[in-house]
Amino acid sequence: MLLLRTILARLATTAVTLFGVAVIVFVVIRVVPGNPIAMMLPPNATAADIDRLRALYGFDKSIPQQFLIWGWGVLHGDFGTSISLRQPVLGLVLGRLPATLELSVMALVMAVLLGGVAALTGTRKRGTRVEAGIDVANGVAMSVPDFLWGLLLIILFGVLVPVFQISGRVTPDLKLPFTTQFYLVESVLRLRFDLTADLLSHMFMPALALALPLAAIIGQLLKQSLKETMHLDYVTLTRTKGYGENHVILREALPNAILPTLTLIGVQFTFLIGGTVIVERLFSYEGLGNMAIDAVINRDLPLIQGIVIVFALLFTAVNLVVDMTYAALNPRLRHA
Amino acid sequence: MPRSIPGCVMLDGRAAIRRRLGLRLWLSGGWLALVLLAALLAPWISPQDPLAQDLMSGRLPPFWVPQTEPGFWLGTDSLGRDVLSRIIWGARVALIVAFVAGTLTATIGSALGLIAGYFRGWADRLISRLVDIWMAFPPVLFAILLIAVLGPGLMSIIIAIVVIDWTRFARVIRAEAMNQGAMDYVASAQVAGMPRGRIMLAEILPNVLPTIVALLSLEMGISVIVEAILSFVNLSISTDQPTWGGMIAEGRISVHQAWWVLVFPLIALFLTVLSFSQFGEGLKDRFDPVLR
Amino acid sequence: MSGYLRIRNLSVALRDSGARLLRSVSLEVAAGEVRGLVGESGAGKSMIGKAVLGILPRSVEVVEGEIWLGDVDLLRLPPAERRKRVGANAALIPQDPLTALNPSRRIGGQVTDRLVDILGWKRAKAEARALELLAEVHIPDPARVMRSYPHELSGGMRQRILIASAFAAEPRLIIADEPTTALDVTVQKQILRLIAAMQARHGTTLLFVTHDLGVVSKVCQSLSVLYAGLMVEDTTVADFFRAPAHPYSAALLAATPKYTDPWASLMPVSEAVIDAVRAEVDAAETEWRDAR
Repeated sequence: MLLLRTILARLATTAVTLFGVAVIVFVVIRVVPGNPIAMMLPPNATAADIDRLRALYGFDKSIPQQFLIWGWGVLHGDFGTSISLRQPVLGLVLGRLPATLELSVMALVMAVLLGGVAALTGTRKRGTRVEAGIDVANGVAMSVPDFLWGLLLIILFGVLVPVFQISGRVTPDLKLPFTTQFYLVESVLRLRFDLTADLLSHMFMPALALALPLAAIIGQLLKQSLKETMHLDYVTLTRTKGYGENHVILREALPNAILPTLTLIGVQFTFLIGGTVIVERLFSYEGLGNMAIDAVINRDLPLIQGIVIVFALLFTAVNLVVDMTYAALNPRLRHA
Repeated sequence: MPRSIPGCVMLDGRAAIRRRLGLRLWLSGGWLALVLLAALLAPWISPQDPLAQDLMSGRLPPFWVPQTEPGFWLGTDSLGRDVLSRIIWGARVALIVAFVAGTLTATIGSALGLIAGYFRGWADRLISRLVDIWMAFPPVLFAILLIAVLGPGLMSIIIAIVVIDWTRFARVIRAEAMNQGAMDYVASAQVAGMPRGRIMLAEILPNVLPTIVALLSLEMGISVIVEAILSFVNLSISTDQPTWGGMIAEGRISVHQAWWVLVFPLIALFLTVLSFSQFGEGLKDRFDPVLR
Repeated sequence: MSGYLRIRNLSVALRDSGARLLRSVSLEVAAGEVRGLVGESGAGKSMIGKAVLGILPRSVEVVEGEIWLGDVDLLRLPPAERRKRVGANAALIPQDPLTALNPSRRIGGQVTDRLVDILGWKRAKAEARALELLAEVHIPDPARVMRSYPHELSGGMRQRILIASAFAAEPRLIIADEPTTALDVTVQKQILRLIAAMQARHGTTLLFVTHDLGVVSKVCQSLSVLYAGLMVEDTTVADFFRAPAHPYSAALLAATPKYTDPWASLMPVSEAVIDAVRAEVDAAETEWRDAR
């Protein structure tokens, strides 16, 4: 009951936030100089041609009117038509979203694994040089953003030891049997592991670049709460039962130490998704972020609006999922 | 024979931490001073004209490679421009953006955070709602969008950074101001009849200042990165002014032919960003009464 | 016939300063005996229990001595073997039942885990045993309690569960570390009676760490008195309450409220006694230093 009320309240704030995002992006991009319509037409187009096209995209109306028309469309699943690509925005966005989702989730998995291993190792070896080394590595990984990690990885694994692909999502001349855009998932389901390997080879560096700062944050926070938990009485009691350090850390301390880290991952995962915009650009990965930058450069107003709204939806959805996971994992909340 | 319980040797915590912190502060501060000096003295210390093109001496490797031309220490790019000179001149743009954008972001964000955290009420509701909306934007996309609207240029970059990043300060300072506002010394100032605005500036601000300073240093590093990212997507300053981001964008394209065009500005950017954040952390720990 | 737990010349010291917290303590608890371990807070009485169970804090190490559990010296065992040996033959009843149960695990698992994982019992057998023991410590509806989380139960209930858990594997030795200190006065008596009854029924050797001489007079047969890590008296309860041998013990006894006459004026431990026992500690310390 309490949980339901919390969820409903959260949905209401989410709606307000999305509305705010829509208003801001709508107003900001309508100040964009440069006439996208003029770019679509041959130089000898008449003023009448321009007016007709403006009317087609609705740019002849006032901004509030345009917003209402657009908002009404969005509520009915119509995000308008891209000016530069001349296709429905929704289809374009949905076509690219899976690529970005696969990249983000892969990065999240890498961050959790790396950060988790760092935290567990640091706890196991607390007070030693190993822990001090992990602290320094965490400090560096945390202070340097994904964009720079991407460039460093390009030099390291793309040029010095060229073991991974540095551009694109998949090798272009491969024949793809896929029916959805979730290439990685589908390649596994179809047991086409050759394609899985190719996709992973392309995904590895952008995902790692996105993962490193988050891995460091997870590593540091989780290690800190693990170390605090290790002093608690129930952990000590478990030791007297005959259990070793590994069991004590993994089964007694970890489940209780993980909750604060989990909340943090929620916010940080939205930052990570935000980072895909530039990292996809850096690795020419054909995702939503890369398309967004093209849309801005081409002044493709409907496409920009659509992409920003999808990102905002994604962010708020992530936060909602994290809150619910938190409630589900915490027995004290579950039985409240 | 006495046996000790197996386990690890404890370091003497505080002394070791303090030593490590001191080193961190000195290293990062040293690098930042070096960059500042390079930026100030650029016209006198850069060995070449950063804009001089010479297609005959394009993509010269750095000095340690035999059969390279002397005078181009870190090599040249595809247009024959000296990489070292461009890095030195690029430090100017990087530091101007860092200081101006960082300070403006800190001032505006902290002011909003203080107001929201101390006055609460409708101001807090409004500012918090704005922060929520901002958090739902991918920041890089937002910045690119703003530059597209404002047009390229140093001013636009600074404005874009302030607009996308004020929330970082607002969020943290709001929480800190709320904590401070609940403390006894604030209550006693209120009882003494001090005006609320005075309390905020004279009582609360000094107590959140260490946090602001640490965040400011971090923000300066982030500003340098944002400038580089915008240069990278070709939306920064005019192309003939050397910037680290612009050099990296060029270097990324020709990385297989001339790695040094990418690597050296990247190292400069990496160390600068790392130093800004470590310097901030070091300062914060200096202010931390537990470790002092 | 020597005791089940025999501690010889045990010294425990801080790792960084080398200061001793236990000063060559020797102690013997016969099989089936209940021995009280008494002293002021900081005297090192809990430290003895921790050293036996292998849960000394990391800042502390054993510098000399032997801890015999049955026919093995625990300090000479490799860590893994030692843990198993302690887990199979000894158990702890902790001080604070509110913090001694893992909040995210069900009670059942926390009572049976040692039986299944360390002693290799079948799960069904371990669960049957747990149910039996929970009933033995007077927990209503044990099957439901097994499925509960700690936060759903009261402090007294949790301490009963911890007692059941300690007796579950029929250990030869149980160390009770101030098991009633954190409880309400009304519950204290019940828990004390329960521990005594369980000990009598199972014939367990019990080391009862407490600062409360009243508790000792009720449950123990013998007791050891510690001051600043030095064992000052080691005697039977009957002898101790009739005529304590050491002046510090006598002072301690005089400072304890009598159940027969709670309004009798209490004597604080006099400075002369403290000085005397301090001198003894110093002498022991000098002797130990010279011997090394």
